[in-house]
This record gives sequence, structure tokens and C-alpha cells, in this order.
Amino acid sequence: MATLAQVELNEVVRGASTVPVIEVEDIHKFYQLGETQVHALRGVNLTIEPGEFVAIMGASGSGKSTFMNLLGCLDRPSSGKYMLEGDDVSQLDKKALAAIRNRKLGFVFQGFNLLSRTTALENVELPMLYAKLDKQQRLGRAKEVLDLVGLGQRMNHFPSQLSGGQQQRVAIARALVNKPAILLADEPTGNLDSRTSVEIMQIFQQLNDAGLTVVLVTHEPDIAQFAKRIVVFRDGKIRHDDTVQSRPNAAEALRNMPAVDED
Amino acid sequence: MDFAAILRIAVQALTRNKMRSMLTMLGIIIGVGAVIATVGLGQGAQQAVQDQIASMGTNLLYISAGSVNRGGIRLGGGATRTLVDGDMQAILREVPQVSQVAPGAGASSQVVFENQNWSTRVTGTSPQYFDIRNWPFARGGSFTDDDVTRATNVVVLGATVQQNLFGNADPTGQTVRIGNLPFEVVGVLTAKGQSGLGQDQDDGVYIPITTLQKKITGQDWLQYIMASASSQQASFTAQNQITSLLRDRHRIRAGQDDDFSVRNLADVAQLADESSQVMTMLLASIAGVSLIVGGIGIMNIMLVSVTERTREIGIRIAIGATESDVMRQFLSESVVLSLTGGLVGIMFGVGSSIVITRLLGWNMLISPAAVVAAVVFSMAVGIFFGFYPARKAAVLDPIEALRFE
Repeated sequence: MATLAQVELNEVVRGASTVPVIEVEDIHKFYQLGETQVHALRGVNLTIEPGEFVAIMGASGSGKSTFMNLLGCLDRPSSGKYMLEGDDVSQLDKKALAAIRNRKLGFVFQGFNLLSRTTALENVELPMLYAKLDKQQRLGRAKEVLDLVGLGQRMNHFPSQLSGGQQQRVAIARALVNKPAILLADEPTGNLDSRTSVEIMQIFQQLNDAGLTVVLVTHEPDIAQFAKRIVVFRDGKIRHDDTVQSRPNAAEALRNMPAVDED
Repeated sequence: MDFAAILRIAVQALTRNKMRSMLTMLGIIIGVGAVIATVGLGQGAQQAVQDQIASMGTNLLYISAGSVNRGGIRLGGGATRTLVDGDMQAILREVPQVSQVAPGAGASSQVVFENQNWSTRVTGTSPQYFDIRNWPFARGGSFTDDDVTRATNVVVLGATVQQNLFGNADPTGQTVRIGNLPFEVVGVLTAKGQSGLGQDQDDGVYIPITTLQKKITGQDWLQYIMASASSQQASFTAQNQITSLLRDRHRIRAGQDDDFSVRNLADVAQLADESSQVMTMLLASIAGVSLIVGGIGIMNIMLVSVTERTREIGIRIAIGATESDVMRQFLSESVVLSLTGGLVGIMFGVGSSIVITRLLGWNMLISPAAVVAAVVFSMAVGIFFGFYPARKAAVLDPIEALRFE
């Protein structure tokens, strides 16, 4: 089961603002790879409004991962401007970027990236630890979000005791716990079977319906279809930027899929 | 992050690798334990030496008849006949720092009581001798100044002699023979045990100096004079004054050697003190080296740990840990390691010094300063050797770190 508890969704998603969540202007990124200089991004422009659900696609080497790292404030552009909720973050120092990642961004990765030998609850608590919330607040909020993704009963399980889908749901809970402006998912279904993948997409769709902005990197066209807009990268530039015409509903798709036993 | 959370995370991380953490701590445990034990034992030994010197008498000056040069042939110490009662009286009269004096001369003789006999040292002296040497009586008391003036046959027994002649019976009032002369026992000294050189200080008897000179040896010179200075500081001044007084009295011209020697026990005490201090420092610094080796062990393990946990560090940075958050996390791990090691090391050090002192019968002094220093030092070792690995973790590139398998 992957349905979000509707009642609590408002607790997770902050009110939509009118400023674009992401505004990227003419971004370039150079890498030094041994002797050669790699021009990974060659002038990217992109605006994402609140409440959008964007899938970023492209072959490996197209620059989509580099772009994702910039959006995630894990890296800084060589030139160009990156406005996050109206604030220029392109030239902030490391400490300020850490605070942005902590408060405004929620990450979901392909490999789940949970701390092993640390319970689901403690994993979800982690961002709040760096946000310097007190123990009471941390516990309350972590339980709330775990309930939301349907893992309220398993919060004391270790990642190794959870299925892939469940681990990814813990990761989503962790990403949501500080009420981010945007959810960044980097190949979130890459390690999951097709049914579980759709389940995760269902969660994303529900979060997006509640107003959360979602950006998703994937190379699977089926998965990208669940987004509202698809941006395609090639050779460090955006080549296509299209709205999805007949967007499938993940919940419906699940009902039409043959049942597979999960764990 | 609050302190409790940091501590909890550090302990969690360390208990995940129990064996490794224990072995790493062992370096610090041995280092701190060795420092505590050696300093404790060293100070105990120092105290023992000081006690022994104090038991010889406080602020004691020992003036002995020296060597003499007769036509180029130098005779050994004690060979001169120039040290006499008059010198002693002059010292008491003219050196203000000297509060008491006692003469000394001796012979070896057989002491007999009924069917028991014992060969021992017979010392001729005055009642002040027992005061100067800080030597109380177990039974009876000293002979008197009057006994010295009249050269009466009275004797004070050392504890060993008393034990050999009388067993546990009370000897006071009994008569013993020294050589062929009968002596009345007036007192028995308390046992003082062995001297610093292993000599039994209780094996001896004491009679008035005049009795010894007139009735036993027939010699009227002294072998030594004991003088007591009013304070330890005064003993140094007194030493110089006695030297010039005696040179004057013995008519020794400038450039000629003294025919006596003046030894100051404060000198001896200071020397013994210094040498045991040097010894303690030496041992402690050797032990300190092992503490540094333990610190290197911590650094080594922390570096391994940082490499192993590259991905974890990447995750933490991605979700908002700052450089200082990561730094703090790894530093606290190394400090928990070294501090726990330090505390266990203190217990280990105190425990082993207790065992050693029991075995050797020494006094043990665990100084609080050494314990505090050990705690502070082991914490410093944790911070110092943990800094580089923590720094390495903090500056990791999150993108690279997240890709790390």
C-alpha cells in the first residue's frame, strides 16, 4: 500500500508562493577532467513555477546529473544565475548552501541513501538534527511524516529490514520532514521493480497534488510520463521542454497492474 | 546539534565496531595507566626517602674527625685526635644557629646479661644525642648530664640488643656487663629499623661519653659531633660557621685541608629528593611516549573510519550538515575514544600502583594533579589526533561522496 494519508498532507506541504521556485538563467558549468576541460552545461535556462511536476530526461553525459547537482545546491555554477524562491543562491558559501539544502530542498536518491544500522525514525530525524530542532519536535515530526508514507508501524526497523519500496518511502519522509520548497528526486525508481516504481510515483503525484513542487530525474520514459512536464537534455543544453499530454494517474495504473507479492 | 545528540551518535558509531574501538582505546589506556602508575610510585618512593631522612633527625649536622696528612701519608677519616670536647662546647657557644650538640665516640664490645651475650657497638654520648636524633624511648629514659659529669656506669639499650638479651622482659634496673664492667640499664630505645644503607640502627648501646673515654677506650678525643640547627635554612649557615670555627681552633692555615668534615643532612635530603624526582620524570616521559603512540592509533582508526563512511558523510552533507557539523561529529568520536581510554587508564593505573605498592611495601601517592593532567592530556590527544581525519571528512565533496561505493 502506498496511499498517503490525505489528512496530514497539509502538514507537509507549505503554502504555494507566487515567485517561481526555480529560475535558472544562462547557466554554464566547466569541469577539469585530467588535462581536458569538460563543458558540461552550455547555457541552460529554466523556470519552474510552484506546484509543477517536472521530469528531467537525457542520456548519460547529457548534463542532466550536473544540472541536478546544481539545483540541489551540492555544486555551484561556473557562470549564470540560479534563483531559488527568488533568492540568488549561485554564489553562496558552503555554509549557506548547507542551510539551503537543509531547509528548502528535499533529496530522494536512486540508492535510497539511508544510514544503515540507523532506524527509519532516526534517519528521518537527521535533517531536523542539523536544523537544530529540539528532541520533542524532532520525534513528533518524524513520526508524523513516517505515518504519512505509511511506515508508522515500522519506524524502529533498520533499512536492512525493509524492502526497497519501503526504504525509498523512508527516504521520501526524510526529504519532506523540514517542509522543503521543492522535492528533488534523482532516479528514484532506478533500483525498484516496476510495480514499486509506480507506487513511488503515486506518492509523488499525491504530494504534487497537495501543492509540492517536484523535480525528477529519470531515463525511463514510462516514469517520466507521470510528471506534468518533461525537459530533455542533450550535450549540455535543453533540447525539448514539453507538457505531458495524456498523463496517467499512478493510482489507476496500479489497479490495472498484475498483483505482485511485495516482501 | 545539541550536545546529547552528538554524544549519542558518537557512542553509537563506536559501539558498531566494538573490537576496533576497544583496541584503539587500549593504546590510551596503557599510556595513561603507565603515567599514573609511574608518577604515583615515583612520588611514593620520594616520600619514603624523605621519611627515612627525617627519621635520622631533623636539621642534623654531622661533624666527623677527618683525615690527617702526616709527612705525605694521608690517613683515613676518623684518624685524627684533634676533635675534642672543647670543639663541641665552642660550637654550641659561638654558632647561634646551633641549638643542641652531642658528642660521639664508639667501640665494639660484647654485652652480657646472665647467660645471654651479644656483640654490639658501644657509643659514648650525652643525653642530647637522643633529642637530636629524634629518638624516643620505649622504656625508662636517658642517662643524665650528671651521669656524664660523674662517668657513672649506666646504659641505654637499642631495641635489637634488648630483644637479644632480655626477650620480652623489662630490662630497666637490671645490670648488664660491657667488657668486664657492670652497667645499670636505665632505658630502652624504640625500634628505628634499617637506615637508608641497610644498617640496623637498633643494634647498639649508649653510655655516657666520659664513661667510654675513661673506662673502656682510654681515649679523650671524639669521633664525631652531632649538632642540630634551628631550621633547615639555618643548617646551611651553621655548616659554614662550624667549618671556619673549627679551622680556627685547629689552627689550619689557608690552603691546607680540613682535618674534619661537616656534613649537612639537608644536603643529603635535597639530593635524594632531586634524584627521585628526576627518576619520576624520566619514567613518566617514557610512559608519555606510549600515550602519543596511542594517539597515533586513534588517528589511524579515524582515518579508516572516515574512508569507510564516505557515503554516510555524503548523505549527511546532502541533507544539510555543515562542515562544522561533520567536523564535530568525528572529533567527538575521537575524543570519546581517548577520554574513555583515559578514564579506564586512570583506574588501571591506580589499580596497578596499589598492587605494586602492596608487593613492594611502598607508600603510594596518587596525586590528584596527575589524574587531572591525565584526563586533560588524553582529551587533548583525542582532539589533536582526531583533527586531521575530521577535517578530511568535513571537506569531502558531497557529489563524489554520494557516488562512493
